[in-house]
Amino acid sequence: MDWTALWLSMRLAGWTVVVLLPVAVLMGRFLAYRQFRAKGLVEALVMLPLVLPPTVFGFYLLVAFGRNSPVGDLWQSLFAHQLVFSFEGLVAASVIFNLPFAIQPAQRGFEAVPVEVREAAACCGMSPVRSLWRVELPLAWPGLITAMVLTFAHTLGEFGIVLMVGGSIPGETKTIAIAIYDRVQGFDDQAAAIMSAVLVAISLFTIAVTYWLSARVGRRLS
Amino acid sequence: MALEVMARARTPIPLDVAFQVEPGELLALVGHSGAGKTTLLRTIAGLWRPQTGRVAVNGRAWLDTAAGVDLPTHRRRVGIVFQSYALFPHMTAVQNVMAAMDIPDKAEAERTLDLVNLHGLADRKPAQLSGGQQQRVAVARALARRPYALLLDEPFSAVDRATREKLYGEIIELRRHLAMPVVLVTHDMNEAQLLADRMVVIADGRAVREGTTAEVMADPDALRAMGIRELAAMLPAIIVEHAADGLTRLDAPTGSLFLPGVEGKPGTRVRVRIMAHEVILSRLRPEGLSAQNIIAGKVVRIVPGVGPGVIVYVDVAGHEILARITRRATDQMALAPGDTVHVILKSMSVARDHVARAPDPSQAAE
Repeated sequence: MDWTALWLSMRLAGWTVVVLLPVAVLMGRFLAYRQFRAKGLVEALVMLPLVLPPTVFGFYLLVAFGRNSPVGDLWQSLFAHQLVFSFEGLVAASVIFNLPFAIQPAQRGFEAVPVEVREAAACCGMSPVRSLWRVELPLAWPGLITAMVLTFAHTLGEFGIVLMVGGSIPGETKTIAIAIYDRVQGFDDQAAAIMSAVLVAISLFTIAVTYWLSARVGRRLS
Repeated sequence: MALEVMARARTPIPLDVAFQVEPGELLALVGHSGAGKTTLLRTIAGLWRPQTGRVAVNGRAWLDTAAGVDLPTHRRRVGIVFQSYALFPHMTAVQNVMAAMDIPDKAEAERTLDLVNLHGLADRKPAQLSGGQQQRVAVARALARRPYALLLDEPFSAVDRATREKLYGEIIELRRHLAMPVVLVTHDMNEAQLLADRMVVIADGRAVREGTTAEVMADPDALRAMGIRELAAMLPAIIVEHAADGLTRLDAPTGSLFLPGVEGKPGTRVRVRIMAHEVILSRLRPEGLSAQNIIAGKVVRIVPGVGPGVIVYVDVAGHEILARITRRATDQMALAPGDTVHVILKSMSVARDHVARAPDPSQAAE
């Protein structure tokens, strides 16, 4: 059992969720409420990571974060190490490839808040920020929880992009999914089996907790 | 705190309406769905922006497209009751009311709920309340905002008839406490006539008629847009007694009126809507007739309609009763202004929801 890899995966998933939560709230709310001409295009872009082969997506991220890219350059000058093949680079990639898993459910959550209820909040004198906090988030949060859980579980399992952008540096970029692959390559089937089972248990647990929470919310609101 | 409204737009619906509502006055915007009534209400609240418009309360502009003023909704002191009530489903009744307060005060919110007859239901969630109760919470929430204008968007359309009758009475009662202009949007002419002081008839985004409720409801031209069958007079009356047979005797300026079971204790002031098409006229006082109400009056004027009908305005003790009868009948009776006629009204022709509590004149708005 590779505890370092498991811990790395959990940290990666945790950071991804932390960074994506505000993005999901803002983007999901924006896409749910606003009608604009390029909306279809924006929604398609958000969904793109879902359909691209991970290697293709990982390749582009590698190019975008690499030493000769503006992003890679900036990172190098700021932190004196390169963005690719680092934990930070992995978080950045993870945030991007999880966009559809975070934004889509958040958008559905905000769409479930009736328009008149939002208007009523404004008529009660609530500013947009206050309305978000007191009315929209309490009503949209099943969608946000789903977004966060999907993001967390999906990050634990992602393989191709992590390998492309992060390589497989123990303690830095070697996630549990890659560790399992390594063990199988090294004919260590027993270790691979244990780690796979742990991953299944964690995923199952997170999803069960989500369902339990959303059922509770459903009861609270009806 | 008069409310001035002017709105002009070409899209998405053509709109060109201006009106003013005085403090404590209830103005009804009436018209068919799609006429632009709700859009006007949304303009006042800042939920919709016309191409050209001005909304001002007490001279202070909330919207003035000419001057570039457009306050966001949450900066306008409006209380609004939505057709769907739009209560916050995750909050209890009292929390809903508190959400509209500048400084949330539970005791004050509970007093507001008491004011709309919701005592003891403060801790229920909207889903645990009936339609009528939800409407009352919505009214309480709108009032808790301490609004400079109270806007009611078809607030009675989602409840059953019995509840609606009760809510009419409550709104009439509540108005004693309201000092701000009130705008009611409705397509129900009965509701408008029972509740409003003044009316604006909206058709295709234009105000086709504006006037006091009595003026508008007696004007066939104004009512053509809403259906001439809505033409009706309003008679003030006081409940005298409930007879054992179910009829209620009321004291009206016209003498005694007998109507089927009117709710209220003896002494209660009510207003009775008398539909013009239900009234029969007779030159002689008829005998052996089943109708329980026969009232003598004087023909004031006769206005021909576009079809076979005419409208006869009859003065009864200073109040006007309208009769919509055929031109042929007026010819046969040789009716002319100044003639004495007997107005015949079946008790059963007055529907229960055509009688409502009258505002008590002895207690004006504070």
